[in-house]
Amino acid sequence: MQKKKLFWRKLANHIFRFFSLLAVLLATTAMLVIVTHVIRAGSKALSLNFFLNPSKPYGMPDSGIANALLGSIMITLGAALLATPPAICAGICLSEFRDRPKITAALRFSANVMMGMPSVLVGLFVYTLIVVPSGHFSGLAGSVALAIIMFPVVMRTTEDMLDMVPYALREASLAIGMTRTHTTLRIVCRSARKGLITGILLALARVSGETAPLLFTALFADSWPKDYFSGPTPNMPVLITEYSTNSPFAAMHQAGWGAALVITVLVLTLNIGTRIMFREKRHAT
Amino acid sequence: MKKSAIDNSFKWFCFFCAGLIGLLMLGFFIQLSLNSKQVWEVFGWRFLISSEWDPVAEKFGALPSIVGTLSTTLIALLIALPLALAAAMFLVHAAPLIRSVLGHAIDLLAAIPSVIYGMWGLFVLVPFMQNKIQPFLAETLKIHHIPVVGRFLAEDYYNGFGILTGGLILAIMILPYICAILRDVLQMTPPMLREAAYGVGCTRLEAGKDIIIPYGIRGILGGIFVGLGRALGETMAVLFVIGNIMEMPQNAFSGSTTIAATIANCFPEADGLQRSALFALGLILLLMSLFIQILAQSYLRAATAHRGE
Repeated sequence: MQKKKLFWRKLANHIFRFFSLLAVLLATTAMLVIVTHVIRAGSKALSLNFFLNPSKPYGMPDSGIANALLGSIMITLGAALLATPPAICAGICLSEFRDRPKITAALRFSANVMMGMPSVLVGLFVYTLIVVPSGHFSGLAGSVALAIIMFPVVMRTTEDMLDMVPYALREASLAIGMTRTHTTLRIVCRSARKGLITGILLALARVSGETAPLLFTALFADSWPKDYFSGPTPNMPVLITEYSTNSPFAAMHQAGWGAALVITVLVLTLNIGTRIMFREKRHAT
Repeated sequence: MKKSAIDNSFKWFCFFCAGLIGLLMLGFFIQLSLNSKQVWEVFGWRFLISSEWDPVAEKFGALPSIVGTLSTTLIALLIALPLALAAAMFLVHAAPLIRSVLGHAIDLLAAIPSVIYGMWGLFVLVPFMQNKIQPFLAETLKIHHIPVVGRFLAEDYYNGFGILTGGLILAIMILPYICAILRDVLQMTPPMLREAAYGVGCTRLEAGKDIIIPYGIRGILGGIFVGLGRALGETMAVLFVIGNIMEMPQNAFSGSTTIAATIANCFPEADGLQRSALFALGLILLLMSLFIQILAQSYLRAATAHRGE
């Protein structure tokens, strides 16, 4: 009787462990399948011209993605420039100024909630905020949309990183007569520097592939991104969308896969590179 | 005196920056409410339950999009949750090297842009569903002949696009998110509890089921809601494979649409009342995801507060 029970318990356990292993394998195989498909289909499109020429309408020779790549870099860097300074200050507010705990708790909560905001709504928001009043789509509007997505992410990582700085450091700095401002910026932020950079770069990696907010803000153009402030700006995610959904031509699909490969490699490199370069700070969390 | 003035202004500047997040959230509400006013005035609450979407006749209803959103999310969660929980349990117990390699792989899966998932879904998953999975479900298993529930599951007509495919691609997308959160939550279980469970003779399954999961239940719920929120608001991955048909879906094989996909699909060409209807859909999505996020955050916060004991 006793033995039989143990047998069933062990059996259930083995089935469970097998299922667990299967789940992990399934998740990682899914990733491998997707990544290898992107590599296989995308590598056919790659050539020097693909990286040097701007995109052109179907049928024109020597079409490439150079304009979209440049536009994406401009939009993403613009977003980082717009979002990072206020987001770090906001993080400082949450971590360093604790004299109004209720307000900071509410703000932390809203930041967490904002991190889960559907990105398509951010696109709508920026559309009515910037595109409608200014009368034209622009790369800048795209940057603002991505900045709104980055803001809460950087804010929360800043707070987490600053929280890890030992209190003795702040007290020592204040004791030798530095002001709060100096202490925060020169001592606390500097000692958490690695963590802050990691947070910013990971947020950057995350938004650089965002598509939905760019559909209504940066739009797309088959030209070089010279109208960053005043006109539709080409970018990679929308190029991929346009080429794969709005075009029946195999050549466009192939170019779309090429662009997909480029952006996947960029995002993963940024992600892995950041994690490796600033490793010990990540482990401390 | 001067020093404290600098300190004060720095402090207020920081508070202002942090306040931006609150302003942004309010801004989303105000903007979506203002822009959707027209639709609420014309259709009122009927907008929520009407299933018509006819831009020519200027008749709009949100029901197909809402049903599409909820059903893809449900399918995604049904597939992803058991897998994520099992994978997280495995990762918690695995050897350190395996754990870190697989853990990183799962983190990277979460980093791949959603448009890549969408494109892969369109060119690989849709044909695969059409040629393999859907014939298997419909013709070999005949799941649509199951009494009562069968007619919601499948039909004889299929083309690869539809709710099932959308749910599947969402499941692949949210699996790493949920898994990463569940892993962190499960790791928070004090080793003492776990070892005590093994000490009294529990198997891994029993320790997991009776000790580890109940201990971290709040965090687990939080993780589920975070994944749910992502699935609700996801645009690109679904847009490519859902079929974008503005009709009430009949079953899991029907082409359908989600709120986010409708907005992305129709907004560029819409104007007047249709644009207003899209903003109204946006408002519905905002409320849904806000509700989910608030649930998620309060559970996750309760879980971290628990850790302090």
